[in-house]
Amino acid sequence: MHLDAIILSRLQFAFTIAFHIIFPSFTIGLASFLAVLEGAWLITKREAFKTLYLFWLKIFAISFGMGVVTGVVMSYEFGTNWSVFSRAAAPVIGPMLAFEVLTAFFLESSFLGVMLLGWKRVGPSLHFTATCLVAIGTLTSAFWIISANSWMQAPAGYAIRAGRFVTVDWLAAIFSPSFPARLAHMVLAAYLVTALVVGAASAFTLLKTPRQAESKVALRMAIGMFAIVAPLQLIVGDYSGHQVGANQPSKLAAIEAFWDTRSGQSFHIVAWPDRGIAGNRWDVSIPRLGSLITKGDANATVQGLKSFAPSDRPPVAIVFWAFRIMVGLGLAMIALGLWGAWLWRRGGPERSRLFLRATVAMGPAGFIAVIAGWTVAEVGRQPWVIWHLMRTASAASPVLPHEVGVSLTAFLIVYATIFTGGALYILRLMAEGPVKIANASPPGDRAPGSALGASPPEP
Amino acid sequence: MVVDLPFLMAAVIAVAVLLYVSLDGFDLGIGILFPFARSNADRDTMMGAIAPYWDGNETWLVMGGGGLLAAFPVAYAILMPAFYLPVMLMLLSLILRGVAFEFRLHGRVKGKRLWTAAFFTGSLLATVSQGLILGGFIQGVTVKGESFGGGPLDWATPYSLLTAAGLVAGYVLLGAGWLMIKTTDDLHGDARRWAKIAAAAVAGLLAVVSLATLVVHPEVAARWGYLGRHIALAKLAPLLPIPLLGAVGLGLVFWGLGRGSHSLPFAGGLVVFLSGYLGLAASFFPFIVPYHIDFRAAANEHGALALVFGGVVALLPFILGYTAFVFWLFRGKVVDDGHPY
Repeated sequence: MHLDAIILSRLQFAFTIAFHIIFPSFTIGLASFLAVLEGAWLITKREAFKTLYLFWLKIFAISFGMGVVTGVVMSYEFGTNWSVFSRAAAPVIGPMLAFEVLTAFFLESSFLGVMLLGWKRVGPSLHFTATCLVAIGTLTSAFWIISANSWMQAPAGYAIRAGRFVTVDWLAAIFSPSFPARLAHMVLAAYLVTALVVGAASAFTLLKTPRQAESKVALRMAIGMFAIVAPLQLIVGDYSGHQVGANQPSKLAAIEAFWDTRSGQSFHIVAWPDRGIAGNRWDVSIPRLGSLITKGDANATVQGLKSFAPSDRPPVAIVFWAFRIMVGLGLAMIALGLWGAWLWRRGGPERSRLFLRATVAMGPAGFIAVIAGWTVAEVGRQPWVIWHLMRTASAASPVLPHEVGVSLTAFLIVYATIFTGGALYILRLMAEGPVKIANASPPGDRAPGSALGASPPEP
Repeated sequence: MVVDLPFLMAAVIAVAVLLYVSLDGFDLGIGILFPFARSNADRDTMMGAIAPYWDGNETWLVMGGGGLLAAFPVAYAILMPAFYLPVMLMLLSLILRGVAFEFRLHGRVKGKRLWTAAFFTGSLLATVSQGLILGGFIQGVTVKGESFGGGPLDWATPYSLLTAAGLVAGYVLLGAGWLMIKTTDDLHGDARRWAKIAAAAVAGLLAVVSLATLVVHPEVAARWGYLGRHIALAKLAPLLPIPLLGAVGLGLVFWGLGRGSHSLPFAGGLVVFLSGYLGLAASFFPFIVPYHIDFRAAANEHGALALVFGGVVALLPFILGYTAFVFWLFRGKVVDDGHPY
């Protein structure tokens, strides 16, 4: 009976957090993009930047709202479903989450109002400041949440006294070993997510209206991001992978489906890993490349899953495949960036309809890669909730399976509803394109994204 | 100098929760009033009266939850599982009403109708679930050792339904009061009528809830000097200013309504909430899980408390400052025509 509540709680947490991460991973990048657009408009006075700003601001408003409300859930689920974890880890995790609220959430939520509705009430420089503060808030939020999660992956700076964690070195706990690489990996991922969406929306408009100037500008900005950030992400991701090898060898073994500990591990391009037989049912492999990729040396010895007790091994197939989805999409992003950069040099990416179609098709790739990457991180951490210190199975709240079943069902229904609404409204805005949307609500009349526009005049 | 960190953090959490109730109270109340508006244009104005603030208001709820985890993890780990279902209902309701702010702008005919309904339903159910949690909290939860040891529906009693009704009336009073500040013409007149009805309901429900508390909770009754058939005046007297403050708040509401003030009804509503909150403090201090665990026993490690409190001291002045700035920036009446600048 108790096991059921744990499985349901895990499903619920996985579902609610995977759904939530869609929005921050988009709005972190979009907030920075908006700050760049508004700054570029203030400096160059080119109307195209303002049009793009007003257009993307509307999409930002929808996504940010969805991120906020699905994020509130997370701060309560630690207690409702994982009270034993919360109680034990509070001395370390608690302050990090409190600092996220104090340094990021209040900043974002307060200045979001100014950003969306204050267009007429503050001058351009103060409005630009509000945009920048929201962008800084989103990045600060990423800092704290990755810090808390990294501590769970590779704990540091703590001691255990009377069965409870006590932080003995805050800097070591906040900047735990895997944190810097994981923060960089997540922020770059967020920028890629946004660039792919901006690229897809612009390419879609250009397929319909080839001369649309604003979309040409936005497409070039997006290509610049893919071309620079996607290869950079490969390097950062590889570095993060080496950190996993050092801190969480069983996770690395699951990622690569290494079962035996040996030198010159093969790289499995695809495989069917099966925990039941403690091996791969089949695989397509390149000899010795596995050791080269994971350790930088084709002859290096890499630990396999069999060196861990069966009860200490993560679900291998999920981790293995999620990793391949993430890396495959990452490579596709690099290819798209190189292709776009090459077309740009040759006179204009918008002239190749094939490229525009490919860019539209890659629009959702960033979201899928982010969810796949988090699946690697979180499923690969199993069976631990705090690496080698607390098992997920002993972290749950004393709640009944019926309770979690009811809430999980309710989450599925509500999230499906709001996802449909949000996706519909965002896609509808994208289909109309920046010019029509920005002109429909000129800031002189109505503030962008507001219920009422500019709202009250001074009495 | 000895710094009493658990006490200071308890004060911080208490202030955060009071700010949450006061601030999100008025915007949830406006959601509950949604079906009573005359037209969609009025509903747009009602939403416009809270659009710049709702997100900031709701952040105090995250501060309350996150702060409880950071400062009093024992209480967090007992109370959250104890109120599992109402907490989930509250979160889901807040989601539905939260997305409605943006979705209502983009929906066409059916979509707009759907999100209008979602805004009302979400606001109402979020308030009801908060009221159920409040009622369950006052009644007390079953504690085994340092974890929750009761059943999933322990909070569902006639008493908690009564507190839920009281909270709905209270939030509607705040919402109507806020609308009176932010609107003109017909909507302002409607808000005045709503405030009058809500204030009468609050007066009645506050009295009934207070008396019911004395009946269901002997420990609380004893603190207020009510010992079965006899009343200990020596105990009651020092606490009397609290209900008197509530009466003063209600007086302000009715007086303000009578003389046509735009802001007094809202201010009076806040005073009523303050008195109710002080009443809770008088009934339960120093317990953070009523009559089981006091705030000292629930507190986090000293180092964690010190870090969080340091953060609060350094950052809260800025947070309060820019929150006040946002309220100041969007001051004045909401109008729909958008150009008299």
